[in-house]
Amino acid sequence: MTSAAEDLVAVMTGFARTLRAAGVPADHERIQGLLRALAHLDAAEPRDVYWAGRFTLCASADDLPRYDRVFHAYFGGLRAGRRQPAAVTVTRHTVGMFTAPGRDDGPAPVASAGSAEVLRNRDVAKMTGTELAEVHRLLALFRAGREQRRSRRLRPSHRGRLDSRATIREALRRGGETARLRYRVPRTRPRRVVLLVDVSGSMTPYADTLLRLAHALVRCEPRATEVFSAGTRLTRITAELRHRDPATAMDAVSRAIPDWSGGTRLGEELRRFLALNDARGAVVVIASDGWERGDVSLLGAEMARLSRMAHRVIWVNPHKGQEGYQPLTAGMRAALPHIDDFVAGHSLAAFEELAGLLGETHA
Amino acid sequence: MVRQTIEASDVGSPGELAELLDRHAYLAGEGLATAAFLALRMGRPLLLEGEAGVGKTELARTLAAVLGAPLIRLQCYEGLDGPQVLYDWDFARQLLHLKAAEAGGLTDPARLEGEVYDRRFLIARPLLRAIETQPSVLLIDEIDRADVEFEAILLEVLSDFAISIPELGTIRAERPPVVVLTSNRTREVHDALKRRCLYHWLEHPSFDREVAILLRRLPSCSETLAEQVAKSAGRLREAGLVKPPGIAETIDWTEALLTLGARELDPDLAAATLGALLKHREDHEAVLGNGFFGDLRG
Repeated sequence: MTSAAEDLVAVMTGFARTLRAAGVPADHERIQGLLRALAHLDAAEPRDVYWAGRFTLCASADDLPRYDRVFHAYFGGLRAGRRQPAAVTVTRHTVGMFTAPGRDDGPAPVASAGSAEVLRNRDVAKMTGTELAEVHRLLALFRAGREQRRSRRLRPSHRGRLDSRATIREALRRGGETARLRYRVPRTRPRRVVLLVDVSGSMTPYADTLLRLAHALVRCEPRATEVFSAGTRLTRITAELRHRDPATAMDAVSRAIPDWSGGTRLGEELRRFLALNDARGAVVVIASDGWERGDVSLLGAEMARLSRMAHRVIWVNPHKGQEGYQPLTAGMRAALPHIDDFVAGHSLAAFEELAGLLGETHA
Repeated sequence: MVRQTIEASDVGSPGELAELLDRHAYLAGEGLATAAFLALRMGRPLLLEGEAGVGKTELARTLAAVLGAPLIRLQCYEGLDGPQVLYDWDFARQLLHLKAAEAGGLTDPARLEGEVYDRRFLIARPLLRAIETQPSVLLIDEIDRADVEFEAILLEVLSDFAISIPELGTIRAERPPVVVLTSNRTREVHDALKRRCLYHWLEHPSFDREVAILLRRLPSCSETLAEQVAKSAGRLREAGLVKPPGIAETIDWTEALLTLGARELDPDLAAATLGALLKHREDHEAVLGNGFFGDLRG
């Protein structure tokens, strides 16, 4: 390699490192792309470097303002591209923000013991120890349906679409006899549900019950459920929740979570969560009161990304069940435009509603 | 319009490509021209994101015209799968062939199989067609509408520009087609796919560029009218409408105005032709109710 080429590699690697620090995913592979692109352009021409870097190092419109800023800072005084793109607001579904739709149809998923009726609408934060124990017992019996998604795969069936490939194969097996037609229909699979349970200080009265709900959901669909605790340190707790016995599971969970009753940095947590790529195509349930201590605009931006990646976003807020509740916290206000369903999460009745949402099919 | 064939590798610089696009009435900015130039020279797919109507699809069309290559278009929607985009077997003809063989008393399974899975019974869908056609421009339109699993199919094809067919073997492109993917960003495209592509975010044109585009596309348009239209369009894009007008809509609108013999824009003409520009009732109400075009008078 000539020294000029080495210089170029060093300069671009340094640039990419600065970009990564600013949150743009400019990894090694992308730098290679940039260098290949520059081979077709003029690496001494700032504008060519600007564009080549933008096409190869950036992966989304959100990266562009950061890219422009870093490019300016790193290459100093060079005229970077034009202004940042206008924000794109994408509303996927009509969001019933302040009116949770009533769901009287279908059987109630919670076991219909007599005591359940009494406890159904009570706020778990205001229960006595005995009542709470009864709620936990009922939660252990909790059943929730799951939205089915059509898989790309088809399975043989005696009706449905004509399976031309199988029909020809069958005919070949029978020495060219073309009498029998084969059919197939799409397989269905439970859609993945990912829960993020806020375990920060303000959620203390509800976190335990919500984690027990998570345990029940993991038990209903072990292979299609993931659970994270969120506060200041995002922690995957699905494995801990796989224990059949609720008490054992809750024990394991309490040992696994490092940031019980701390603060909340939901925006940062969400960013970390989205980097895991777990949200793609899933129903994402966030259980939190939206008391954001971090940057609220970050929370809004990450929620917007989440709503684009996830199949649906459901926000469970325990306080929503209280009379006169208004989503006034800054975090809640930033998140609301990007939520498909906003539900309460303080009582058995609220959990039933959530279970209904998880079982519904949404295009 | 100029009809000629240009090799992708013959295009010397982004500026040269911009000029070629201009000859086909597409005015590309510096960024887009550079992105398209690199896509041609590096043989990498170009992923264009941006709001609807900024000219993403049109670029693919124009590139095809510039290269004198056929445009193969794959419009994405939810539920697209392999047989719809890669290839399928012509079942009816296969069955006929088998029936004929049956009638002729031919029953040797190995021979029958060879005959039935012959290339002539293979139907090439867009991706296979693009790989087999030299040269070609493949437009994968609105990738954000297809489901996530579909991207896995694309990833395979766009990595190797090859499709393997179990019964026939692998069909490989001698030269990769020029590939343009577009997304309106209703969902995030998977990172693995983005890695294969050059990424460009396309913005609404600046005022000057929009005026230039209008004059280029509609030679009978007066400069005053083009400027008034571009100014209105720019303001409407800031107005928080359900569907802000894209460049395609402003061209339509100007055409409508010209059809009515307009030389200049006035509030009555604007109201009468608004349907060419805005496609939502709410947007009409917002614009007409606010007296948006009021300052055009006098």
